[in-house]
Amino acid sequence: MEFSAREFSARIVVSLRPSVLDPAGTAVQHSLHQLGYSSVEGVRIGKNITLTLQATNADAARQDVEAMCEKLLTNPVIENYTIEIEPVAAPVA
Amino acid sequence: MGTCKFGVVVFPGSNCDRDVATVTRGLLGHPTRLIWHQDTDLDDVDVVVLPGGFSYGDYLRCGAIAHFSPAMQSVKAFADKGGYVLGICNGWQILLESGLLPGALVRNKELKFVCDRAGLKLERNDLPWTQGYSAGQVVTMPIAHGEGSYYCNDDTLKQLEDNNQIVWRYCDSGNGIANPNGSVGEIAGICNPAGNVLGMMPHPERAAESILNLGERGQCDGLPLLKGIAAAVEAGMKLAAV
Repeated sequence: MEFSAREFSARIVVSLRPSVLDPAGTAVQHSLHQLGYSSVEGVRIGKNITLTLQATNADAARQDVEAMCEKLLTNPVIENYTIEIEPVAAPVA
Repeated sequence: MGTCKFGVVVFPGSNCDRDVATVTRGLLGHPTRLIWHQDTDLDDVDVVVLPGGFSYGDYLRCGAIAHFSPAMQSVKAFADKGGYVLGICNGWQILLESGLLPGALVRNKELKFVCDRAGLKLERNDLPWTQGYSAGQVVTMPIAHGEGSYYCNDDTLKQLEDNNQIVWRYCDSGNGIANPNGSVGEIAGICNPAGNVLGMMPHPERAAESILNLGERGQCDGLPLLKGIAAAVEAGMKLAAV
């Protein structure tokens, strides 16, 4: 049997490092307070990147996505990230 | 014609490339070549300018995609060999994303795109770039950016201070605004330890012709910077020729 790649979906959540000011998050927090949600103690706004890729297994997919995050998708000076890998169900033949 | 040759890299979305060329070629008389982002040939260039604008639409992060363009691979090699590189506004963002300078530029503290004239205090006039200014000179230059708040961690800030890498700091030059974007340490421009790579948020090319700034502060405060680097290159050329 041939060595075959499978399709995976990666969800990358990028957030600002805690030490970096997030003025957009602060503005949203103020707005939530004005709406009466005084229980809100902090808002941080990040971004969500979803991509699909071919890899031999989930670990290989994660390694690829980590490299992409380090090189391009995130800026480690100001951002943190988390990665979730899910296999994409193969279409029924 | 001056002998110092300028190259201005043009990315899709750059919008200050011709402004720079108008000053370096038109006003100062130096040969100036626009370098398309897919070109890699910098051989005839003495000073590379990464201009302001919105390279690649500022997608993902400002400067993040430009960093991987073919031209930038040449610019990195050029800088590593001691070549002079100036990044203005979006150009500084590209230098930071490329790792040629430390830190990052994030969203302005007040969330607004700031288009104004900013007071700047010169921190060092011993660089080829800044030799045309007097020590500690306060000048005014236009700024126009939404993501110009300089950020770095405390260790990097200490390194910048220790290595004397901070070149410009924002200051109040009469309009009551001392730090227009919330930058750490009021930093408006930094250089690498060697001093051949300079990144700054203010636009020297927009403060070069008094007719464009009649009645405003700092009409031509950007000119000494571009004149200075050309003079340094030409002085170096003469030295090499002796």
